[in-house]
Amino acid sequence: MGKLRTLTRRTFLIGSAAIAGGVAFGTYLVKRSIPNPLLDDLQDGEAAITPYIKIAPDGITLITPRADMGQGAYSIQALLIAEELDIDPATTTITPGAPDPAYYNAAVLAEGVPFPAYDRSTMAETARAFMSIPAKLFEVQITGGSSTVPDSYDKLRTAGAVARETLKEAAARKLGVARADISTKNGQVVLPDGTVIPYTDLAADAAQLDPVTEVELKPATTWTRLGKPQQRLDMVAKCTGTETYGIDLNVEGMVYATVRANPGIGGGIARLNSDAARTTAGVQQVLPITSAVAVIADNTWSAFQGANALDITWGPAPFPENSDRMFEALEAALGDDDAFDHRQRDDGNIDAALERGAEIDVTYRVPYLPHAPMEPMNALVHLTKDACDIWIGTQIPLFIRKKAASMTGLDEEQVHVHVQPMGGSFGHRLEMTHVEQAIEIAIEMRGTPVKLVWSREEDMTHDYPRPAAVARGRGRTDLGHVISMDLSVAQSAMTPSWMHRLTGMTLPGPDATITTGSWDQPFAIPNYRVTGYRAPDMVPISSWRSVGASSNGFFHDCLLDELIHAAGADPLAERIRLCMDDTSRKVLEAVGDMCGWDGPDLGYNHGRGVGFCMSFGVPCAQVVDVTQTEEGIRLDRVYVAVDVGDVLDPVNLEAQITGGVLFGLGHAMNCELTYADHAPEQDNFYANSGLRLYQVPEVKVKALTNGTRIRGIGEPGVPPAAPALANAIFAATRQRIRELPLNRHTDFV
Amino acid sequence: MRARNFFALLTPSPTSMGGNVDYLRYKTKTERPAMQASFTVNGRPQQVDVPEDMPLLWVLRDILGMTGTKYGCGIAQCGACTVHLNGEAVRSCQVGAYDLEGAEITTIEGLGTPDAPHPAQEAWIEMQVAQCGYCQSGQIMQAAALLKDIPVPTDAEIDDAMSGNLCRCASYPRIRAAIHLATTKIGGR
Repeated sequence: MGKLRTLTRRTFLIGSAAIAGGVAFGTYLVKRSIPNPLLDDLQDGEAAITPYIKIAPDGITLITPRADMGQGAYSIQALLIAEELDIDPATTTITPGAPDPAYYNAAVLAEGVPFPAYDRSTMAETARAFMSIPAKLFEVQITGGSSTVPDSYDKLRTAGAVARETLKEAAARKLGVARADISTKNGQVVLPDGTVIPYTDLAADAAQLDPVTEVELKPATTWTRLGKPQQRLDMVAKCTGTETYGIDLNVEGMVYATVRANPGIGGGIARLNSDAARTTAGVQQVLPITSAVAVIADNTWSAFQGANALDITWGPAPFPENSDRMFEALEAALGDDDAFDHRQRDDGNIDAALERGAEIDVTYRVPYLPHAPMEPMNALVHLTKDACDIWIGTQIPLFIRKKAASMTGLDEEQVHVHVQPMGGSFGHRLEMTHVEQAIEIAIEMRGTPVKLVWSREEDMTHDYPRPAAVARGRGRTDLGHVISMDLSVAQSAMTPSWMHRLTGMTLPGPDATITTGSWDQPFAIPNYRVTGYRAPDMVPISSWRSVGASSNGFFHDCLLDELIHAAGADPLAERIRLCMDDTSRKVLEAVGDMCGWDGPDLGYNHGRGVGFCMSFGVPCAQVVDVTQTEEGIRLDRVYVAVDVGDVLDPVNLEAQITGGVLFGLGHAMNCELTYADHAPEQDNFYANSGLRLYQVPEVKVKALTNGTRIRGIGEPGVPPAAPALANAIFAATRQRIRELPLNRHTDFV
Repeated sequence: MRARNFFALLTPSPTSMGGNVDYLRYKTKTERPAMQASFTVNGRPQQVDVPEDMPLLWVLRDILGMTGTKYGCGIAQCGACTVHLNGEAVRSCQVGAYDLEGAEITTIEGLGTPDAPHPAQEAWIEMQVAQCGYCQSGQIMQAAALLKDIPVPTDAEIDDAMSGNLCRCASYPRIRAAIHLATTKIGGR
């Protein structure tokens, strides 16, 4: 089922040494050679050999180890290789490859350093480069953190260049001409006399060579594919129903399974009566597994029906019984010295500045939010005596491989994870509870392939959500300017909650996500402090598209907006004045130009708000225009300016930014996961659907390229949307809403 | 609440919804008589032997192996499972096997193919609509039905017809643009 063809003797494989990338990253030095994941008999590499290209007589395979959840990773990775290899990626086979330590993500941890992204000092850059080491040592093969392009940009282009030069070298030796006199053209080597040889015809010859690793990357000005509007390679399949997602897989002899687990996650099962489930038509068996009950059936529908017939009394959940109690716990932690977690911003002297009282002293809150991707969690597991095959759409294939090995007692080499295209994720597929359940069922049914599918209800009520959080903002103004701003945020710790599920380890130290997106903003406010408080662990929580910035973007930018209004300053002009980062300032200026900014007031019942957040190193500014109608607030237009350093595919960039903005707006307006009786109250798309078409405004996007390094675009569109909308509603109505979702306080058309 | 009622009215489903979501939940039955149904899918005769309340969605996916039609919610809230039943867009999760006798079903696989796409699919590809793509089968089936009813829909008519189809990636602006583009492709034929 995997697309990787069997390797033949005549197949050879070209890896790239991780050599100098130049443009934006400086030099990578990777000292330890990582074994080749695909060919056991490859001779020992002189440097780190990281294989991304396989050339066989019958075709070329590009290996793209970051998974596609809709963000376009599949296409952009292929394009990075293809640009240097000089081939039309549509003529190749593209596969995510088998999970392997060689495919560790060197960039995903880089912004976890205690330096804001706009800090490009030597110390900050050294710290970021250093973060590739734990990523390598701990074999962090993760798709996430908007890191696919930053991580792949040099690696994959270098892999393509190494392959190209090695093919040229093979032709040079075979025909007795100098490599320098040989060129390439779309999958072919071109000899000085104009003769062309397809790459595939050179496979056997190239297999005899050591890869040519001294290569130069093309300057961007000579790119033929990158930087131009692209057709995504998965588009035709996705528009004709022919894309195969994990949930669509079907193998010989497969059984269908679903589970019912305690929505009070961790609460377990107090009592189970499965009589009715067992006699449900199509149900084969009912299997109690760890913390859940599995129903095995002839088809998905019968499994769901059987699960509905289970009579289960749940054990008590290890968290407060309802949302009110949870927010009380968050509020109790806010400002409590015993709950102090970290303070990474403390400029000037905020205590002295606020000694005579704060001009603004307000509280904000954001709710838990489910990820709710369109494709519910699922996994297909086939466990035999000496192998475990797992087909799954996932962001964490290596974690799954390790977990499967430990659960089944097999060696990691005996576990094969086949990564599938994902019907969305937004962070949900950074989790693997569903895979563990499927493996447990497969252990009970060794030899039989098991496809586990969560119902939507199971998915939404077991979706380790975005953490709820509360914040207190205070500040003062003077002579028309913001001079003091103090933000405190309280949240349960997300990263330890997640890492504990993935690895069983307890992470020591502070949890940076509590203030990510607020402490690290590029503003020079004379007295400026951001403090994170750690609320007790409650509902188990996870990363949600844009992670800490999804809530901190709202807190920080709304507070700044309130202070600017209190100062009587212009919301855009004052942000620009306070901004200390050139790239960010230009983004703010650009969004002003786009909308013809002339203040927040657009006339009676009309208003516009600006929002800004720098996340994942990407400054993004948004202006939202709204109208107050008799039926409620109508969103008219959104202007977005963003700087990702360089644009590799303007079509996909526009899609990702627009999607991120609308994702941010939809959740800010309409969505929350609330709890009652120890369980989520919303369990399907009658809630938490985000936006629907009738609420979608026009969105205009402008990408700037002043940034000094290339960045990812999957998440940075999300954080500024909520504050820009809340600030716009204030401009139109004078109503300052400090709690999400906004529809708790206003109607939307 | 308003939004929920709004789109409930728009959701073309043979099952009356009345805006009451709980009403849509399948009752648990432990004894469901099996039945045979004969119908066509994409012009090809099919006969299945299934529990009478098994939804068309699962008949298509798990019995007939046609997985272009997607499961998203099971309660007519997301539109990912939209197919055409006797020419009308319906949520296949709401069509029981008992409704299938003699029916003519068209799924995304029958609307067009990679080599011979329907004008809506051509427009979707040209506009590069899909992100994760999981909802797009349903979006395209809904759009194709709209374009048959209203060859040149306004934005408001597009909103009305399409607001029952959820896209969590929020590819919505391109969906709107692709429907407008499709009208020109259909007009040109």
